[in-house]
Amino acid sequence: MKYSVFSLLRYSLSGHKNWTPAWREPQPKKDYDIIIVGGGGHGLSTAYYLAKEHGLTNVAVLEKGWLGSGNIGRNTTIIRSNYLLPGNNPFYEWSMKLWEGLEQDFNFNAMVSQRGVLNLCHTDPQRDAFARRGNAMRIDGVDAELLDAHAVREMYPFLDFENARFPIKGGLLQRRGGTVRHDAVAWGYARGADHRGVDIIQNCEVTGIRVEKGKVLGVETNRGFIGCRKLGLAAAGNSSEVAAMAGMRLPVESHVLQAFVSEGLKPYIDGVITFGAGHFYVSQSDKGGLVFGGDLDGYNSYARRGNLPMVEHVIEAGVAMIPGLARVRVLRSWGGIMDMSMDGSPIIDKTPIDGLYLNTGWCYGGFKATPASGWCFAWTIAKNERHKLNDAYRLDRFRRGYMIDEKGQGATPNLH
Amino acid sequence: MLIPCPHCGTRPVEEFTFLGDAKPERPSSIDPETMDQWFDYVYLRDNPKGRYDEYVHHSGGCRAWLVVSRNTETHEVRGAIAARDWAKKQQKGGKS
Repeated sequence: MKYSVFSLLRYSLSGHKNWTPAWREPQPKKDYDIIIVGGGGHGLSTAYYLAKEHGLTNVAVLEKGWLGSGNIGRNTTIIRSNYLLPGNNPFYEWSMKLWEGLEQDFNFNAMVSQRGVLNLCHTDPQRDAFARRGNAMRIDGVDAELLDAHAVREMYPFLDFENARFPIKGGLLQRRGGTVRHDAVAWGYARGADHRGVDIIQNCEVTGIRVEKGKVLGVETNRGFIGCRKLGLAAAGNSSEVAAMAGMRLPVESHVLQAFVSEGLKPYIDGVITFGAGHFYVSQSDKGGLVFGGDLDGYNSYARRGNLPMVEHVIEAGVAMIPGLARVRVLRSWGGIMDMSMDGSPIIDKTPIDGLYLNTGWCYGGFKATPASGWCFAWTIAKNERHKLNDAYRLDRFRRGYMIDEKGQGATPNLH
Repeated sequence: MLIPCPHCGTRPVEEFTFLGDAKPERPSSIDPETMDQWFDYVYLRDNPKGRYDEYVHHSGGCRAWLVVSRNTETHEVRGAIAARDWAKKQQKGGKS
């Protein structure tokens, strides 16, 4: 069924009682051409683009929990393509372009809102660095504007411009950045893939990967063995665990990142604002809650919950940027497990095992990449080669010395 | 999360800075033939779910390096010893 204003009207006349499920709940078949491990944003978008772009529909997505139960529903919903380094910008800009046409493409309201992402700078050197990054973005055809303090004040007069330690000197604005209703991204991709014949199998946990003579044969699951010719891993925070089933060790550590939402407020922040003197980013959801987050807790974790000192740290940074936040109550906080790579950039590549493909290392920037990640991963799986957009995201770049290290931190996952 | 520092007693997690896995051993050779060992040491991780021994600096306390034994799934801390003592135990071949 195509969703439209007409279908909405038609079903409203019958009291919204006859809507059909957005996707099926199929039993797993004995084998598939392609299996994707992980029914989150990246796994579902991969399946969607395999079917749509490459006509490959004998595909299953295996999800150990319920659809979209991982980071696709735990992030702070921000999309942007404001990177510096050559390997990153074209990829994230392609993602932004896919976001711009996504709702028409998969016929689902994902509430893509290009409300602008503003990074604040607080020192002269930081402004120079932002000018450099803005120029790098524009060379790659991405929009970027360097604002002075006056222009920032016009946009957000409630910021703490005269903060004694971190005065606001200006900001780098990407107007095409913004927010997206994150759950709807999972639902839209799932529905689009399902309609094209992809089996989305929930509550199906992969417990082993069968490899013979260097070639993938299928996966062991809690619902039995399922054969496949190609296997794509998109398991985010659990990537190391899943890859270990195929005998691989990854340049990845799993860390917990917390996020927060406040009580509902009247319209207050109409874009995304990030603090440049600490790590804090905030936007306002359509329900009115302020959605915000900050740094990793800093230690390896699979626990999906963090500790209170980081809660305090994030809120301190927020209040340093917007003093008025001190009056706002936090409603909820939660954690997600990040696949932190050794250079802070992702991996979308083939592996040394024939038929095994890897999508991991998203650190805490995976949400904005969801469309391009799936698009490139689908290409890589379908054609058994990298697309030029993910050519820099090679698994062997660490061994070869071609890191894409935006922050210049080296092999310290908890600092990226 | 509370960490029992062997020097300072039980202290809150915000006093500590985490470095990471204590298992990888730094290769002793600079021979280019040992490149694979260096690659393993610098870039690859077991990243286990469950028991984990990690280097932790008591940066907001005694400033000693510790090895904390922790569960990455539950955040349960089983104990902490001085990194020096941990290294001695490793050298004896006894696993901690």
